[in-house]
Amino acid sequence: MTTPLADVASSDATLRAFLHGLPGVDRVGADQRAAMLGTRSVKATAKAEAVDLAIRMVDLTTLEGADTPGKVRAMCAKAVHPDPSDPSVPKVAAVCVYPDLVALAVDALAGSGVKVASVATAFPSGRSSLDVKVADTALAVAAGADEIDMVIDRGAFLSGDYAKVFEEIAAIKAACARPGDGHDAHLKVILETGELATYDNVRRASWLAMLAGADFIKTSTGKVQPAATPPVTLIMLEAVRDFLAATGRKVGVKPAGGIRTTKDAIKMLVLVNETVGEGWLDPDWFRLGASTLLNDLLMQRQKMATGRYAGPDYFTLD
Amino acid sequence: MFEYAPAPESRDVVDLQPSYGLFIDGEFTDGSGAPFKTINPATEETLAEVATASEADVDRAVRAARRAFGTWSAMPGSERAKYLFRIARIIQERSRELAVLETLDNGKPIREARDVDLPLVAAHFFYHAGWADKLDHAGYGPDPRPLGVAGQVIPWNFPLLMLSWKIAPALACGNTVVLKPAETTPLTALLFAEICRQAELPPGVVNIVTGAGETGAAVVNHPDVDKVAFTGSTEVGRLIARGVAGSGKKVTLELGGKAANIIFDDAAIDQAVEGVVDGIFFNQGHVCCAGSRLLVQESIADELLEALKRRLSRLRIGDPLDKNTDIGAINSAEQLARVRELSAVGEAEGAERWSPACELPDRGFWFPPTIFTNVAQSHRIARDEVFGPVLAMLTFRTPAEAVEKANNTPYGLSAGVWTEKGSRILWMAERLRAGVVWANTFNKFDPASPFGGYKESGYGREGGRHGLEAYLDV
Repeated sequence: MTTPLADVASSDATLRAFLHGLPGVDRVGADQRAAMLGTRSVKATAKAEAVDLAIRMVDLTTLEGADTPGKVRAMCAKAVHPDPSDPSVPKVAAVCVYPDLVALAVDALAGSGVKVASVATAFPSGRSSLDVKVADTALAVAAGADEIDMVIDRGAFLSGDYAKVFEEIAAIKAACARPGDGHDAHLKVILETGELATYDNVRRASWLAMLAGADFIKTSTGKVQPAATPPVTLIMLEAVRDFLAATGRKVGVKPAGGIRTTKDAIKMLVLVNETVGEGWLDPDWFRLGASTLLNDLLMQRQKMATGRYAGPDYFTLD
Repeated sequence: MFEYAPAPESRDVVDLQPSYGLFIDGEFTDGSGAPFKTINPATEETLAEVATASEADVDRAVRAARRAFGTWSAMPGSERAKYLFRIARIIQERSRELAVLETLDNGKPIREARDVDLPLVAAHFFYHAGWADKLDHAGYGPDPRPLGVAGQVIPWNFPLLMLSWKIAPALACGNTVVLKPAETTPLTALLFAEICRQAELPPGVVNIVTGAGETGAAVVNHPDVDKVAFTGSTEVGRLIARGVAGSGKKVTLELGGKAANIIFDDAAIDQAVEGVVDGIFFNQGHVCCAGSRLLVQESIADELLEALKRRLSRLRIGDPLDKNTDIGAINSAEQLARVRELSAVGEAEGAERWSPACELPDRGFWFPPTIFTNVAQSHRIARDEVFGPVLAMLTFRTPAEAVEKANNTPYGLSAGVWTEKGSRILWMAERLRAGVVWANTFNKFDPASPFGGYKESGYGREGGRHGLEAYLDV
């Protein structure tokens, strides 16, 4: 990587000095800004556009111990045709599953254009050796995953061992490569902001992940609360904006966990719109990790088209 | 681009009458002066005709207040509190109506009227309702007595909020009031009069007289007024101070400002940028404590200016009733002329002027958010109060220089300090000669916090325990 910040990671000391030299985040001010943007009123045509965009940004997710081939196949069908009664509904961006179910999802989604994302690296805790994490990633990549959602070692981050976190991300990035066909898996790095606790840490972890090669930075696993709060998403958006200005490399953002309603999703789009602008208002650069959000988006979409709310039984549960 | 569709708040929640009278002794009555029109500054449409109170009308109002003072001041504090609590609750219940009317008459964005003005108005009544039966414990000795009739004159920038800052403490302490709202924004005060009736406040305790400067002069110069409270320009404040000198009237003046918003290189930059925007573009800069002078540490000046310009480009200017509008209309043609004049002077003196590309509506009074760079302390835009969305940016090298420049103004109402270093905040706050020093925030108000100025920004404090002194005979 030949960027203006290439030397930052040359040693533990330079990495540390750089991350600690980033401007602080004032919690009160960040909360206030996110809350203000939460008051934006998105109605009528703007809402219709936002709902369709949000559907196209969804990473439809199932990450349960009880996941089965049947469950994943059903979810893949939903990803391609979210609303069987309305073919004008766009497809979602991707489905997100555990590594052992990737092959199945790849098969189910073949030719649909919907991507397959896989969590990896001892998700969700990240508590294993680097070898195991790389092997976990390699399994998903070999099975055909388009995207890898890795978790950072929060223990290492909180103990100040930034170099370890950096090296792990870089190693997983390398494991995402497919030297044969040149179609490398995209790397999303999950910061698990609920465990990082402070907004200063969120900003530092965002930069750390981007410096180490992340294609996307993602808020949460969905297994820890709080997950994708608006202020945390705001801070990560500021980080990708500043990283682009500093290095010329654009990184995507994925809030995940706790985004359940159309209102939640639209608030996220407003944050993107007024923080980084339209350059990120695209599924290539912004995703919404969610499992139940899609049905609420579909319900709102149908309400706008027909003027009536349909009951929950008119939307499929997959 | 993700464009938000228009999201206008409904005007129908307000029952606008074609004409409004004076509120004296619990009744709406005609004024004997020539009525004037109040307009919507965003469209120049006439909203209503409003009565002008002559000297004789003001005299009637003061006599009504004097009559009411006897029973009101003798009433136990706990009883007065009931009325104030009732008024506060009605304000909350009717807040949407009040917010829309404020936006129509003033030009401020509905988001601010709804989320800032109205919650604070209700909070001021609730807060002072709480004091009414606890004045023994306010630190002014046992059973402090009220002053009598308070003559109050308020400005057009926060019409209802300034009314609450004046009326709530006056009533809590047992005074009665004659209040004159600004001539460009009288409507919410008249709706407040209706709320006083709804709350069954005894007649004469609150009287509202409308009109221009002459009516205001009649209020403050009336011989039977015991207390004068004024918020407005330093120029008029001087006239009032001269007029009441030697009369024995107690006076508080809350006047102009030219606040410094000081940003150190270790500040949380993204939040500091928000603070600068809140500081000067909140309410179109029609804020006496606005952070109109930005003092930035030279080492981050370029970076900060770039971030600020980017942020300004995203401000949404236009229909104040649209819920997504950030910047509304300038309150009057007169004020717009002043903002334009001072901005032209800024350019003529050699400062560099910048505004984001923005389309301004054809009708109404509008001025784009504007930043001046290359500003020197000697420029008029660094010294005169513009009272509009115009920011003058200066730089400093050391904390001592920041303090020196911040204090180098005839005003002293407020200041802001942005740094992640707690000890520096305290060091600065000790040295800044300003009534309010905000740390890592700006334009934050709370009824429990006293507000007021140093030097030409006026004297006396409003709000908190300290604010009670202005309405007690101590």
